[in-house]
Amino acid sequence: MKDSKIRGADIVVRSLIAENAKVIFGYPGGAIMPVYDALHDYHDQIRHVLTRHEQGAIHAAQGHARVSGKVGVCIATSGPGATNLITGLADAQIDSTPLVCITGQVAAHLLGTDAFQETDVLGISMPATKWNIQVRRVEDIAPAIAKGFYIAKSGRPGPVLIDITKNAQVDFGEFNYVKCTGFRSYKTQIPVEKSAIQEAAFLINMAKRPYLLFGQGVVLGSAEEELKLFLEKSGIPAASTLLGSGALSQDHPNYVGKLGMHGNYAPNVLTNHCDVLIAVGMRFDDRVTGDLKRYAKQAKVIHLELDPAEINKIVKCEVAVLGNSKESLALLTEAVHQKSHPEWMARFRELEEEENTVVINHDLKPTKAGLTMGEVIHQINQYKADDAILVTDVGQHQMIAWRYFNYKKTRTQVTSGGLGTMGFALPAALGAQLHDYSRQVICVVGDGGIQMTIQELGTIMQTKAPVKIVLLNNNFLGMVRQWQQMFFEKRYSFTELDNPDFVKIAEAYSIKAQKVSERAGLREAIEDMFIHDGPFFLEVVVEKEDNVFPMIATGCSVEEVRLS
Amino acid sequence: MKRYTIFVITENFIGILNRITIIFTRRGINIDALTASESRLEGIHRITIEVTASEETLVQLVHQIEKIIDVIKAFYHEDESVVYQEIALYKIPVSRLDGGLEKIIRQHNAKIIAAEPEFVVLELTGHKDQTQKLLEILKEYDLLEFARSGRVAVAKRMLTIDDFVK
Repeated sequence: MKDSKIRGADIVVRSLIAENAKVIFGYPGGAIMPVYDALHDYHDQIRHVLTRHEQGAIHAAQGHARVSGKVGVCIATSGPGATNLITGLADAQIDSTPLVCITGQVAAHLLGTDAFQETDVLGISMPATKWNIQVRRVEDIAPAIAKGFYIAKSGRPGPVLIDITKNAQVDFGEFNYVKCTGFRSYKTQIPVEKSAIQEAAFLINMAKRPYLLFGQGVVLGSAEEELKLFLEKSGIPAASTLLGSGALSQDHPNYVGKLGMHGNYAPNVLTNHCDVLIAVGMRFDDRVTGDLKRYAKQAKVIHLELDPAEINKIVKCEVAVLGNSKESLALLTEAVHQKSHPEWMARFRELEEEENTVVINHDLKPTKAGLTMGEVIHQINQYKADDAILVTDVGQHQMIAWRYFNYKKTRTQVTSGGLGTMGFALPAALGAQLHDYSRQVICVVGDGGIQMTIQELGTIMQTKAPVKIVLLNNNFLGMVRQWQQMFFEKRYSFTELDNPDFVKIAEAYSIKAQKVSERAGLREAIEDMFIHDGPFFLEVVVEKEDNVFPMIATGCSVEEVRLS
Repeated sequence: MKRYTIFVITENFIGILNRITIIFTRRGINIDALTASESRLEGIHRITIEVTASEETLVQLVHQIEKIIDVIKAFYHEDESVVYQEIALYKIPVSRLDGGLEKIIRQHNAKIIAAEPEFVVLELTGHKDQTQKLLEILKEYDLLEFARSGRVAVAKRMLTIDDFVK
């Protein structure tokens, strides 16, 4: 269908609608004003949410994308608007989050002249995007957006930036939207090689102590059911990375815990005792492997992975199964024998008991006076719905919330994993909530991180997004303090905070707020929070100098994970 | 560490070279030489990169280059499996042009490609060791300027660009 000519800005908005974008986030400014003018006409077809900072907009788009599985969209103006997106782009790039970011740019004839609010956003964003492009002509807008959406969501997902000059936004052109379905330089479909499946199945069938690690690739590939079926047939114990959490319900009998620096005891230690290690959709981050020279050296490694660049990047594998894990896991399930490994599984349960005794019981049911972060999460578990979404920031609270949150459903975990972006949680929680008002979204955040994007309380106020914000306040940049205690002779250099009255701040934004400092009031406060219809801000004052354990210190092997 | 030639076959889009060099920059690997040109097919460019690295690193580099959306194919070769040449230009003052120098020019298969009132320009095409050897000699002849291109190369195997562009 051909329309008569419309403005480039209208083409931008109608292209987003054609891509089925329902909620987008952004912040206006000079070079993007035509697009904002167009948004005014389409507000019944697409909802734009005004954040209080462009970083808030991109993190909200990330939260939205992670929960919905769709491409997150955000809009910013040129210059400072665009540079404020960079942290979010880098975060989405390393965590494989599909995003399309649209930035305004000065008119084409001014490019390169140091015009007002001109910056080389293409150059700046290049290392932090999967793909970027500058559009200088109105006829190139729709094809660029179509290509951008396709690139963002296909293959290994990632962020795309489309920089559109002001002249292209105000010029008139035909609108005839054609969705992109592929192009010659970009291959997204890698057919799984049957020989690789056979080799992998052979190793698995021979294995005495096979062990599976799963990451976010399972979620991105929608392979949760295939993972479950594979585990049930093969009887193999399975552990999750930070971003893989939720891909398999923690109630599943094959689930043995979490991997990495602050993961569980058994999954880390037994990595060095398995004979076949099956890695599915994960990339052996250094926070997972610890010292590589002493990581799973005894094991034959099978790597199921979509991205060829991840094969042998960190850990050399015996068998690489390239392709979507949904397909490869299904093929592998057919090829492996029905089995169980009771003795091997029992070793996980033994070490789990040890962790319970030394760490978990003290975290969840403390006897000391001060509140622990763990008991707060434990209480949240009592009230949360099965499909509640946990959004966390970065630091001690992130690790504790991850450790103790009871993940039951996929896409319930939203956190900044690879980049470790403080300030991520509050806007990401907003984005997650705006995908679905009826879902519980719990934002657990520290007193350091919340102050990096605290202005987004304003967006929560304006949208009435019923986010449950749980601030775990220890008046410290807790994780850095923990490292200072353990590795820098307790020299607490610039980690203690004089904090504002957070409850007053939340109330100033018309958000119902409460502060808890004693164990006696905790359960009721959490109950109140969940019962309350609308956003809620709960500040919990926790023990100032608690540490997160278990811990694999830098340079140590997974087997040297410390319980205290 | 060994010398390798990386071939990158790409769409001819703005910024692609930047995306490729970023991959080297991130890992702190120096590019010894780089040339870019059109290929036999319209709209497709080829970039030839000479680099000294371990094969392990190189495999990862090539994978990461190939991951760039607008890159069609990237692969690498050792020196033995490519045919390659470099071109070098030498600028010498006319005053130093004598029988001795002319003999050197002939011996090295170099040729005079420009003669100006004050200087001449010599050209030599070959491998780096050949152009380097002549450079060392010409330094004795008040060499005014020297420039050497990156390597232009083709692979010895029978695959062509058409095999990747489908």
